Amino acid sequence: MLRIKCPFCGERDHSEFSYGGDGSIVYPALDAPMQDWVEAVFQRENIRGMQTETWQHVNGCRTWLLVERDTMTHEIRSVRAAHPGVAKALEGSS
Amino acid sequence: MTRFSAWNVFRNGLTGQKGWSRQWRDPEPKKHYDVVVIGAGLHGLATAYYLAKNHSVRNVAVVEKGWLGGGNAGRNTTIVRSNYMMPGNREFYEHSLKLWENLSHELNYNVMFSQRAHVSLLHSPAAVDDAARRYNTMRLTDSDGELWDLEKLKHTIPYLNYGPNSRFPIIGAAVQRRAGTARHDAVAWGYARGADQHGVDILQNCEVTGVTRDNDKVVAIETTRGTISAGKVGFAVAGNTSRLWSMAGLGNLPIESHKLQAFVSEPLKPLLDHVVVFGVGGAHFYISQSDKGGMVFGGDIDWYKSYAQRGNLPIVQDVAEAAMSILPCLGRVKLLRHWSGVMDMSMDGSHFICKTPLNNLYLNAGWNYGGFKASPASGWYFADLIANDRPHPVVENHDLQRFERGINIDERGAGPDPKLHG
Repeated sequence: MLRIKCPFCGERDHSEFSYGGDGSIVYPALDAPMQDWVEAVFQRENIRGMQTETWQHVNGCRTWLLVERDTMTHEIRSVRAAHPGVAKALEGSS
Repeated sequence: MTRFSAWNVFRNGLTGQKGWSRQWRDPEPKKHYDVVVIGAGLHGLATAYYLAKNHSVRNVAVVEKGWLGGGNAGRNTTIVRSNYMMPGNREFYEHSLKLWENLSHELNYNVMFSQRAHVSLLHSPAAVDDAARRYNTMRLTDSDGELWDLEKLKHTIPYLNYGPNSRFPIIGAAVQRRAGTARHDAVAWGYARGADQHGVDILQNCEVTGVTRDNDKVVAIETTRGTISAGKVGFAVAGNTSRLWSMAGLGNLPIESHKLQAFVSEPLKPLLDHVVVFGVGGAHFYISQSDKGGMVFGGDIDWYKSYAQRGNLPIVQDVAEAAMSILPCLGRVKLLRHWSGVMDMSMDGSHFICKTPLNNLYLNAGWNYGGFKASPASGWYFADLIANDRPHPVVENHDLQRFERGINIDERGAGPDPKLHG
């Protein structure tokens, strides 16, 4: 069981969370060339090692999170809210 | 190499089993091979075998970082079936099933292929209609499939949970009788022995550490046992494809590595004569009984991306709950072992057997859940691709560019999210 330290709820089992996917994807503009969209939707770096990924605390505060996790050792380095405004607000409150 | 035959078994029984020779050689790497296949799993070994047998390409090496069959070949639930519906997939898997049917004879090696039928439980009229569509499509592709009503199912497999109070009452089943199971190690050993017999060098403990390119051509691979130059190179390393791909400097792939767990119980007396599959309302469970008596079963993938060959406990609990809901008689049975394999989960749940941006590099990857049953046809079509430098019509859409062309070979209709194709 992974333990994810939700910035709002505290440390919880990963079974409370839903895995999103690769958090490094930046979607192109709507009128960007088709090739850019193919890259963003279908192509993955598939890192073995530390990667940034999205998780949602579905059985908790429902916040989307950006988690830095090692895909080989499962070590979690950092957790922050995916929305920059929420991340900033939580930082200020702690 | 001694052939297996009733006479040889009898003769060696009388002479202290001294008349057997090694099943395959353990050669030193040569400086150059016409074809180097990376990965001595079922797919790599089958590829080498069919290259030599079907295409007379014999100066071939299969390079393996560990020992042959030590990866996902030994981390599966050994189920063989061809109940696929999408064009390309259905022809491919049906061809694979036909190869399985003759594999023991073909290889002179008993792969213990047991056509015990694959029984998918159905729980709603909509599921029955959907299965009718799928299994009719299979029949149109020269395969077999049938629907069983509840009476027939109860008569054949009486000890499933048919209780009226179950959350998802069983109302029938979709059945492929020619499907079944095989002995995973024997498939690896049989193909290795067959390939070796045709002159293929199987190089174990030989990890690829680099891929040397000359513009758009691979000239050599660097390994822990030295540099090996190659006329053509094939990647067959599902689970670690992205790592090898980036070693070749080729960027990203439509693949994520996820892990899938499987389980085996303590041995029991004969209980389950079929492969039974339960998948409804978020549950996913498949079970068969091995010849040693262990109940072999599995469920969903671990949900998050991982290269670790170890599973997590929430999935153990999920799978155990699914087991109890259809086979309550297993409630007191102890789990003996569980294991986890790393798989290429692709963006549409289907595989890649294709050419690559490099002229003499070929890719065999993206096997998702289905790698074991696919292995004979995978080797057959990959060898065909490498030897002829063009994809066979059956796999012409199983290339990396299909997404750009708007083609998704998506059996589940789950969309471009690798974790949903389990």
